[in-house]
Amino acid sequence: MSKSIVLKKGLDIPISGKASPDVSKSMVPALVAVQPGGIKGLLPRLLVKEGDRVLCGSPVIADKKNPDILLTAPASGTVKEVVRGEKRKLLAVLIETDALQEYAGFDTEDVKSALLKSGLWTFLTQRPYGVLADPAVSPKAIFVSAFHTAPLAADLEFTLGGEVQAIQKGIDALSKIAPVHVSIDGSLKDSAFARLQSCTVHSFKGKHPAGNVGVQISHISPIQKGETVWTVSLNGLAAIGRLFIKGRYEVRRKVAVCGPAALQPSYVETLPGTPVKDFAPFYGNAGDEVRIISGDVLCGQSVGLDGYLGHDDDQLTIIHEGTDKELLGWIRPIRYKQFSNDHSYFSWLMPWRKYDMDTNLHGGPRPFLMNDNYYSKVLPMDIYPVFLAKACLAGDIEKMEKFGIYEVLPEDLALCEFVDPSKNYIQDYIARGIDLMLKEMA
Amino acid sequence: MNKIFEKGGKLYWLHSTVDAFETFLHVPGTVTLKGSHVRDAIDLKRLLILVVIAAAPAALFGMWNVGYQHGLAMGQTGVHILEYFWFGFLKVLPLYLVSYIVGLGIEFASSQIRGEEVSEGYLVSGFFIPLIVPVDIPLWMLAVAVAFAVIFGKEVFGGTGMNIWNPALLTRAFLFFSYPNYMSGSDCWIAFKKGETAVADAFTGATPLALDGPAQYGTGFWDLFIGTVPGSVGETSVIAILLGAILLLWTGIASWKIMAGSVLGALLVGWIGNVAGITDIPFYMQLLYGGFAFGTVFMATDPVTSCQTECGKWIYGILIGMLCITVRLFNPGYAEGMMLAILLLNTFAPLIDHCVTSVHISRRAKKFNAA
Repeated sequence: MSKSIVLKKGLDIPISGKASPDVSKSMVPALVAVQPGGIKGLLPRLLVKEGDRVLCGSPVIADKKNPDILLTAPASGTVKEVVRGEKRKLLAVLIETDALQEYAGFDTEDVKSALLKSGLWTFLTQRPYGVLADPAVSPKAIFVSAFHTAPLAADLEFTLGGEVQAIQKGIDALSKIAPVHVSIDGSLKDSAFARLQSCTVHSFKGKHPAGNVGVQISHISPIQKGETVWTVSLNGLAAIGRLFIKGRYEVRRKVAVCGPAALQPSYVETLPGTPVKDFAPFYGNAGDEVRIISGDVLCGQSVGLDGYLGHDDDQLTIIHEGTDKELLGWIRPIRYKQFSNDHSYFSWLMPWRKYDMDTNLHGGPRPFLMNDNYYSKVLPMDIYPVFLAKACLAGDIEKMEKFGIYEVLPEDLALCEFVDPSKNYIQDYIARGIDLMLKEMA
Repeated sequence: MNKIFEKGGKLYWLHSTVDAFETFLHVPGTVTLKGSHVRDAIDLKRLLILVVIAAAPAALFGMWNVGYQHGLAMGQTGVHILEYFWFGFLKVLPLYLVSYIVGLGIEFASSQIRGEEVSEGYLVSGFFIPLIVPVDIPLWMLAVAVAFAVIFGKEVFGGTGMNIWNPALLTRAFLFFSYPNYMSGSDCWIAFKKGETAVADAFTGATPLALDGPAQYGTGFWDLFIGTVPGSVGETSVIAILLGAILLLWTGIASWKIMAGSVLGALLVGWIGNVAGITDIPFYMQLLYGGFAFGTVFMATDPVTSCQTECGKWIYGILIGMLCITVRLFNPGYAEGMMLAILLLNTFAPLIDHCVTSVHISRRAKKFNAA
């Protein structure tokens, strides 16, 4: 292990409903969706039509700009429906799964072409800007975070601790493209991932967002103008390893179904693209009053009852919609049920408490009023978050560059958004800034 | 909200106002639309009401002191504490009414024009304004000054959070430059009823700053620390202000770096003044005079108009302290330097931030090149 890095800034949001590792189910969904929407930078071109047979790993969607990049079927079966939205935008391809899975075989001689053909390339994200990795680029390094710190996130030691072999194989493969850096949880005495070979293992200790790969990169080797790095989730890395062991596309993963509104929060082993309706036992009859998020509460996507589990997500969070008005809420000296990181409430007196948080905004939107420090105390990066957010709002490219747009993705500033008393949509500002950069730099 | 207040409804022009009262009564049932699905319970209403609570001890003491100073001037003795307070309360209440009615009126109207929710910012400014003006100021003057400060100091920049200068200080500055006769001299800081003049022997109502030596007029350390001296309503009692400072620092609304910087800067220049023989006021006494304490705790630390960066806050605070005492030492005509020191540094706060962030950026660039 090269070094141990302690991050003092950050915040662990005390939300209730952590998935219990004691109960772990496995499911084979009758229907899975292949969704191009969750992958930034992918312009989808449909390769199948309704009624086609697909094997697990057969191409379903290709990228228009780079036809080598494929999005493949997570399960074998028959294409049931192609779902399109406004202006015929391709939303999802639904596949009715076979009872007995059939796998397409892949030649794993060449790493890049194996990743591209199998569809696992879509798990590689390129920074800056967090877009789909470009096969023509040779990145400076590839970064992997081997622990989550996001609220209620899946415990990767539990979900993938038994697959160290596959992960090792994945690292071996990726290290042929670029040096691999893996960050492990420094607060654990004996992490399952501490002894991974042919990569640099870094240890990080701290509250959220210490587990965000962007934060880790900024401490290991910050991205500067003109550089590109790739990142891959640990689940993606394990799938890459399985490809090189078995020669097939296997993306089953343990998903943490969690949240204050989840009944019996626990782990479910399933496929990406599993319909939310298959998780019905976790929300019961409360379907209308809950928000279902593929991912965590800070930066996941609200997918709704008709949605599907995201391409690279290993967490499904269920929380109540906070549409209730709270009489004299803000003026009450004590609001026992609400959490606040601010000292004007008294949550700091009860650090052990978990809160049934809902989606209420807890106030009205206002211009930025508090100092940069109010936000940067939850951001362990060498960045002025308010200056960056304002530069993004103003669309000032020069300032965005100076204030570190290359180093961040919206998810890294999610906590700044959480603590903001002015209720700004900071992640959206950053996303708009990144879109502008992509447009101007293209 | 009732339909008639919504867009297209008959009373849409009252939309912002109704919304303001509605959200005052309860936290609305608005949910997050994108980004983070959960949010901290804190909002600006909560933060800003805490500033008002922090300033309340200074305001309450100030009301009592208005009565007490009036009693001294009239040569009254044996008056009950509540009678003093009541006298002061009746004197200060109209200032509050004018401050809030004029200020909030403009705020509500401009929010409606911009189609935004009414911001809470004026809650605090409106509470400070009566505390930093002479208690006998004619109400129409105050109304004009408040209107100026809110319209030209705040709304033209886009409302709360966008302003360059502290609106409360801008009110005072407007009064100072437009009606100097009411803002300085020996009797403007004591409340009088119509036709009254000071009767007590050897009484002078000038604030200690306007006198040449401190101790001889019963304005020793403890008088100043407790605040039983003439002055604008909220500024006299250092101990009441310190109570507020504790709350502001604990909640982190105000920056301790600005406060500490301001105190250090003031002590430094005060000390130089002692050493160089410019003044015989001991340097530590400078912290107790005039508006220094109130300005340091409540005005300089305004998060909108102060520096944003941590390093900038030190520079900003120290310069305010130094400038305030420099004005006191070298300007016998008007010795209260705090207001202008803060307004000047408000003007330069973005420049300080620009310098600090530029240094930060070049340091980052160097780190990159080294890596």
